[in-house]
Amino acid sequence: MKNGLRRACAALALAAGLAISGGAPHAADDTIKVGVLHSLSGTMAISETTLKDVMLMLIEEQNKKGGVLGKKLEAVVVDPASNWPLFAEKARELLTKDKVAAVFGAWTSVSRKSVLPVFEELNGILFYPVQYEGEESSRNIFYTGAAPNQQAIPAVDYLMENEGVQRWVLAGTDYVYPRTTNKILEAYLQQKGVKAEDIMINYTPFGHSDWQTIVADIKKFGSAGKKTAVVSTINGDANVPFYKELANQGIKATDIPVVAFSVGEEELAGIDTKPLVGHLAAWNYFQSVDVPENAAFIKAWKAFTKNDKRVSNDPMEAHYIGFNMWVKAVEKAGTTDPDKVIDALIGVSVPNLSGGSSAMMPNHHITKPVLIGEIQDNGQFNIVSQTPGLVVGDEWSDYLEGSKDLISDWRAPLSCGNFNVKTGKCGGQGAQAAAK
Amino acid sequence: MSSMIRLLSLLGILVAAVVQPALAQDAKATFATLATDNYADIEKGIGAIAESGAPTAEAVLNALGDNRLLYRPSDKALFYKDASGAFHDAATGAVVTPAPTGLKPVRLNNRVRRAVEAAVGTLTLMSPEAAKRRQAAEAVFRSRDAATLPALAKAIAAERDDGVKQALRQAQAAIFLTADGIADSDRIAAVDIVAARGDQDARSMLIQVAGRGSPVLKLAAETAIEAIDRRLAIAATVQNIWYGLSLGSVLLLAAIGLAITFGVMGIINMAHGEMVMIGAYTTFVVQEICRTRFPGLFDWSLPVALPLAFLVAGGVGALIERLVIRHLYGRPLETLLATWGISLILQQAVRSIFGPTNREVGAPSYMSGAFDVMGVTITYGRLWIVIFSLFVFLGLIAVLKLTPFGLRMRAVTQNRRMASAMGIRTPRVDMLAFALGSGIAGIAGVALSQIDNVSPNLGQSYIIDSFMVVVFGGVGNLWGTFVSALTLGVANKFLEPYAGAVLGKILLLVFLILFIQKRPRGLFALKGRSVEA
Repeated sequence: MKNGLRRACAALALAAGLAISGGAPHAADDTIKVGVLHSLSGTMAISETTLKDVMLMLIEEQNKKGGVLGKKLEAVVVDPASNWPLFAEKARELLTKDKVAAVFGAWTSVSRKSVLPVFEELNGILFYPVQYEGEESSRNIFYTGAAPNQQAIPAVDYLMENEGVQRWVLAGTDYVYPRTTNKILEAYLQQKGVKAEDIMINYTPFGHSDWQTIVADIKKFGSAGKKTAVVSTINGDANVPFYKELANQGIKATDIPVVAFSVGEEELAGIDTKPLVGHLAAWNYFQSVDVPENAAFIKAWKAFTKNDKRVSNDPMEAHYIGFNMWVKAVEKAGTTDPDKVIDALIGVSVPNLSGGSSAMMPNHHITKPVLIGEIQDNGQFNIVSQTPGLVVGDEWSDYLEGSKDLISDWRAPLSCGNFNVKTGKCGGQGAQAAAK
Repeated sequence: MSSMIRLLSLLGILVAAVVQPALAQDAKATFATLATDNYADIEKGIGAIAESGAPTAEAVLNALGDNRLLYRPSDKALFYKDASGAFHDAATGAVVTPAPTGLKPVRLNNRVRRAVEAAVGTLTLMSPEAAKRRQAAEAVFRSRDAATLPALAKAIAAERDDGVKQALRQAQAAIFLTADGIADSDRIAAVDIVAARGDQDARSMLIQVAGRGSPVLKLAAETAIEAIDRRLAIAATVQNIWYGLSLGSVLLLAAIGLAITFGVMGIINMAHGEMVMIGAYTTFVVQEICRTRFPGLFDWSLPVALPLAFLVAGGVGALIERLVIRHLYGRPLETLLATWGISLILQQAVRSIFGPTNREVGAPSYMSGAFDVMGVTITYGRLWIVIFSLFVFLGLIAVLKLTPFGLRMRAVTQNRRMASAMGIRTPRVDMLAFALGSGIAGIAGVALSQIDNVSPNLGQSYIIDSFMVVVFGGVGNLWGTFVSALTLGVANKFLEPYAGAVLGKILLLVFLILFIQKRPRGLFALKGRSVEA
């Protein structure tokens, strides 16, 4: 308790320190400001606080190396408090008042959609580090998380080929990311010859905690004589009771495997994983990736947080990649002017943490390997499959009507986020249909 | 008979001792097949080891299943670690000292795990422990590996335990149904044996049989499926009622504290959920201490956490009443805002102290797992929570009806001024009542930590449901809260399969709104003077 109290005091002191450093006037020349827009309170604090810490660590490391363009970097941390309209307000504050050169932030799709018009209006740069549903490409946003083809589709392929799965439960939380991902997956599965009666789709509210009926339904659905798997886009807090119920009702990974897209090392930290061994997750990075770059990153992370038990996860790697890309692009452009940096970012390639390099593509998405891991009893993942090459993020899904004709290319002369290859026009019908 | 077996096994050991070196060489080659990174090869290797009859086969396969099997890439030698961490040579079982270096674990995925389960199943059919034999029979039932048929036949002949014998028969029948070249008469007999299981596994197997096979077999399978379906339909209804009661008991636990603070005292306490959260975090702290100081007493962590959670949450409740709520009696709007602010403060405080991420609260052994009654799966955790919530409810009723404090509290509720005139110190009763309501929310938190996240947001997800239960049941009436929690729970669970979780909840809320229009005071309206207050 004493320790806790001390920590609370430290947090308070830190907050006060931040407020002072944020408020004090700085000469415009001696530092470059970098905005960090992650919720530090409210429901999303559970996931986003870690990303704020990673950004502080990356900025500190870069400053030790001498900063960027001979100037030190300075982090401006704001707290949008898991409140979507507040995200837009704080983004505006970062861009107009603090005049940051780039912003790293947002987690949920709704928070990204909320800040998008602000970044377009004020011509800022946002790095968005979380896997998302695609169907978007903005000139001012760089998507360093996975698009559906970099996570969901390879995972389904793995289950089909390696586990012989023929029947699918698509279970998700009821909001835009699971709904769009499941729509893409449904179209993809049907294209692969899976019949409609072999697909069960189920949505639950945020923070759903009573999973008895749904888990029993999954069990029933899985006993129709065909190998069944669950594709889970269940988000955040609802995962813990879901996995607890799976374990309690005795659904083992060898019978009905569950592959999740939102469950990483951080989420597993709150669960006893012994009954969950063998359930899967698909990401572009796992803490257990065995390469020197990753070992160095984890070591630095544990030292920075002064906690030997801290885990690393996929969105952290996305920030690592995004931040290094930005540094490289600023150095290439020789300025932090947004227009020049946006142009310089395309084609920049930096090492990722799984032993290769990731490059920024003209559609503002990056190339990544896709990894499938099985949960182990120590809360880590055992990587059972890795794509041989890198996968390019596909912003407009090829499996959705209205979206499959669109491409995005932010290089001149096209410079368009939703170019319709059928009509040869930028924007138009297709984009609107897809946006719905 | 048994002496003969003993003689035979003695002979076996003698023979093994003589042939050991040669066998060990063979075994080494067989085991080397596991020393690879290719899952398909590992799977094949498992089959080969199971059939090799090597004495260490079972130990090696079990080690593989538990991730304790390692190999040396240089010479493909295989080792397994035992519980004490010592390394054994896979081929001979001998302890290797000093511990070999440069080892890599044999990789494991679901495919390999399934193969291991099936292989261990075949190997342990003759195990001396009945529980192990039953597990083995279940494993064979799932794997349906035709190669185990001779071993099964032997095991059935030797089996004494009726339950295990039945499981073995079912495993044999499962193989009869799925393997090739089995006589039709055997298959039809097998349909009956499998159908007797009456569960979904049996049904899924029979569906496969009904899809192919001779017309007679098809008919037998279809009749059996119909019978199982009828049984499952009944089981599903019973199961649904159980799920409803279990959800209802969670609602009851969350709402019963509120029934006192809101129902009886009329305080709109938005920080009620945070009292639940404080209870859950108390459980976490108790378990942490158990883990580090007294690992043997882990199963006692919940009974210890209960009174502590009551005291901690009750104490916080008393403090809130003294510092804030007391000044706001009779001003419901301000109370609502103030308590909402308190809830945010408490959340952020917990977030600063314990961090924003979920905390792990483990389940004691008596609360993990499930058992089947007539095809209805009941998890121990939920069963305990149902019992516990009833216990808490009855305890609370007893406090209110049988103790002097309860009497005073009821008096203050019914007519504050009169009670005050009779010499009851109403502010003190208010504080104690608020502390009691908060304390009960705290012990609800101990129970909820078993089924939900222990995170700073824990309370938020229960506050709306709690108000719903109290309002529906009738403000100020504990029995109303009880009936309303169980009704809402069961209604929710019956709507869910048809309407889905999201729509089900919406329908329930719409129903509630309509109901409140008709009966503004809820199911059990309170009569008397306090109604006008």
